[in-house]
Amino acid sequence: MRFAAEGLCCGYGNAPVLTGLDFAAESGAVLCILGPNGVGKTTLFKTLMGLLPAMGGDVTVDGASILRWPARKKAQLMGFVPQSHIPPFPYTVQQVVVMGRTAHLGIMSAPTERDYALADQTLEALGIDHLGDKIYTRISGGERQMVLIARALVQEPKILLMDEPAANLDFANQAMVLKTVQSLAAQGIIVVMTTHTPDHVFLCGTQVLLLTREREMLSGPPEEIMTPENMRRAYGIDVCITTAEANGRLVRGCVPLME
Amino acid sequence: MTTLPVNNKARRRQLGLMLTGLFVAMVAIFLISMTQGIYPLSLHEVFQILGSLLGFSTEYTHNGWVAFMNVRLPRLTACIFVGAALSVSGAAYQGIFHNPMVSPDLLGASSGAAFGACVSILLSASILVQQISAFICGIAAVVLTLAISSIVSRRENNTTTLVLTGMVVSSLFSAGVSITKLLADTDSQLGEITFWLMGSMASIKLSALPILMIPVIISLIPLLLLSYRLNLLSFGDEEAQTLGVNVKAVRLVMIGCATLATSASVAGCGMVGWIGLVIPHLMRFLVGPDYKYLLPASAMGGAIFLMLVDNITRIFFAVEVSIGILTALIGAPFFLILLVKGRESWL
Repeated sequence: MRFAAEGLCCGYGNAPVLTGLDFAAESGAVLCILGPNGVGKTTLFKTLMGLLPAMGGDVTVDGASILRWPARKKAQLMGFVPQSHIPPFPYTVQQVVVMGRTAHLGIMSAPTERDYALADQTLEALGIDHLGDKIYTRISGGERQMVLIARALVQEPKILLMDEPAANLDFANQAMVLKTVQSLAAQGIIVVMTTHTPDHVFLCGTQVLLLTREREMLSGPPEEIMTPENMRRAYGIDVCITTAEANGRLVRGCVPLME
Repeated sequence: MTTLPVNNKARRRQLGLMLTGLFVAMVAIFLISMTQGIYPLSLHEVFQILGSLLGFSTEYTHNGWVAFMNVRLPRLTACIFVGAALSVSGAAYQGIFHNPMVSPDLLGASSGAAFGACVSILLSASILVQQISAFICGIAAVVLTLAISSIVSRRENNTTTLVLTGMVVSSLFSAGVSITKLLADTDSQLGEITFWLMGSMASIKLSALPILMIPVIISLIPLLLLSYRLNLLSFGDEEAQTLGVNVKAVRLVMIGCATLATSASVAGCGMVGWIGLVIPHLMRFLVGPDYKYLLPASAMGGAIFLMLVDNITRIFFAVEVSIGILTALIGAPFFLILLVKGRESWL
């Protein structure tokens, strides 16, 4: 499967935020979108999800435009992991996860026992089955993030969009979420995620889309795009790209230079 | 509340049982309420009359028949439909606007309907005209609210704008109600308007029941059929859409139906407060937040609550006390108790 944006132009009303955006991701890819605040990452996501009409260009899957697909059809193809927030009612984790099945249900039906079983299996696969009975509004932020991933996965999506999945999490939870992202990609899902942490791009991105302050769009493999020069164009600060060897593999990091 | 694990099959079966229990309780309370009042009817007599209505030949007294058909039946039927309508629309509004503190008069339906009814009382129109006019003004108030708020918030769905606009429109129509009071004949109309505004099941006639029942049935059916979608809407419109809900269509249907139900019950029985807020919360305490169970539970809970309150007005008060006063007197402290004691398990 090939998920692509072709000359995509997005924004609110008559004010384009991003123009002429191109990217393409194949099954198993993790496309990280990196860029400073206000550069249009959220706008881009909303356009990809169909929450905001595109101002031009196209979003395609295997060459077919999906921009005008109805919500239900789109939700069967594409899962979305939003930044977690607290809903007004005390649903259990299992109830939240099973809501992901809605796209596969008839318009007037509710989840069946099969759907609940699938929700349980997904929680187990993510290693959080102990949360099933807990009240969603009372678990920790990291746990909520994992639950939202589970909810998107029971949608059985081919493409997973994640809005800063590792934001507001402690160090261990960040690593856990990124590991989950990697294993999902290994199962053939196309993951598109935004992040504010360049290190995360090195950790799990197979390709990166770097949006700079001048609204340039640089895309390619992380090692080629995430250079000190490009990072300066994106953020206006100097960085140092470090490399180290651990367990026989090369790990990269991005450190801002303070002086 | 319950100690069983919240998630397993047994729990969901238990919720089904609880709904059945509520239904049985509703029927039992309906039958017992039939016997209560100034003219006493025995349960036996109630069954006799019900039997004859179903086409069996049974024996009953003429007075019993009159009390049953002209007083008890319309009154209790009104309780069931108004109670169900108000608490289901309250629960639905809370999901649609992702806010547990929202009540069914949010978009101006109640005060619009009140204004419509007051105007027709002022013009000495018939009870049928009164209900139709209440109903039309209720819908008009909501259309006005939705129109203004969509102009104000442009293309975005902004709940805060909607709620604020609803408050403005409500207070406009309330001012209209005050004007009708000023203009009313102090000997006859003012009393009628004031009493009707406080909410009462006493004045509803058998012949006026269909104009209450039909819109309530028409609006409750889609709400109950789409109930599961309310769970997703309570997470926010954008999230619901990414999960595959046609948010625009579902919202429109739900707001329309909840408003229709509210206007119809205000048109029929005046302003009966608190039910739309108290009953959904009580039912969350019983069956949890899943709207698939919450909406039917709210419908039956609202019906039971209003029948019980109406019994109190008939049994304990010699003069006719308006039901709106009692729902507030009982509802408000009861809600506080729930808030203090039960918060842990349902909020």
